[in-house]
Amino acid sequence: MSETGPVDYIQRTREQYARLGYDDYRWAERKEPPPWTPIKKPIVESNVALVASGGAYTKGQVAFHWEDDTGIRLIPSSEPATDVRVTHFAYDLEPAREDPNIVFPTDRLRELVEEKTIGSLAANSVACMGGIYSTRRAEEELAPSILDAVSNMPGTPVDLVLLVPV
Amino acid sequence: MGLVARTLEEAGFPTICLTAARSITESVNPPRAAFVDMPLGYTAGRPHEPEFQRDLLRQVFAAVEKIDTPGSIVDLGIAWSDDDSWKEKATSGLNNGVNSAKGDSRQPRLSEPQYQYDEDKVAAES
Repeated sequence: MSETGPVDYIQRTREQYARLGYDDYRWAERKEPPPWTPIKKPIVESNVALVASGGAYTKGQVAFHWEDDTGIRLIPSSEPATDVRVTHFAYDLEPAREDPNIVFPTDRLRELVEEKTIGSLAANSVACMGGIYSTRRAEEELAPSILDAVSNMPGTPVDLVLLVPV
Repeated sequence: MGLVARTLEEAGFPTICLTAARSITESVNPPRAAFVDMPLGYTAGRPHEPEFQRDLLRQVFAAVEKIDTPGSIVDLGIAWSDDDSWKEKATSGLNNGVNSAKGDSRQPRLSEPQYQYDEDKVAAES
């Protein structure tokens, strides 16, 4: 039987945990309306920052560990994505190690600057780990670090943030 | 990432969340999201298909300019394949439905840095 709609990973995880005898995972839930900042300028003029949670790092940096690592790594956006390494406990790393652009698309974003789809790419891209088990730690440790990196971006200030999970 | 988007947006940065996991994104309710029907681990496209990847990102940015209601998730209409059979067994974790099953789901939660190459460990520690 083939499914056509989006895969419901929350439901699948619930079923999987039940089979394994684990307690239900409590997914973060935010019912209140999200905060909202209107876009600052047309996309074609915007300086875009990439934030990606596929566990990217670059040679010379300490790699992420796999036990709720709430750190971030700043990777110069000029670095070829093909030089970027990835490490993560929760997705199949092989394809992303073959072509890191599928989780950390800086090569493609630079090409979108060239073709004038976006104005520019922020000096640094922000890498982090997904799958932080504790929502509290994601909000109290990871999110403020990312905000700090985006707020203090060297060079042109950031107009728009693109978030790429895995 | 939805929680991070909410923090950034609160602080005055517009955001767009790309997502391949629609239910998880709905649950955290970020300001703007673009859904692609891709397996986990391939959020930004198929490997070694730069035009597919560029087109996906172009559509993400087009969505940013269209979304005017907070909490919107736009379906970009981009799919991994015409064949949806990968979805039958896809779970969050290592079994994304595309590659052969690799055990239950996740790797051990190791607390030491996990390098892709041994030389990276040497470079980081020198």
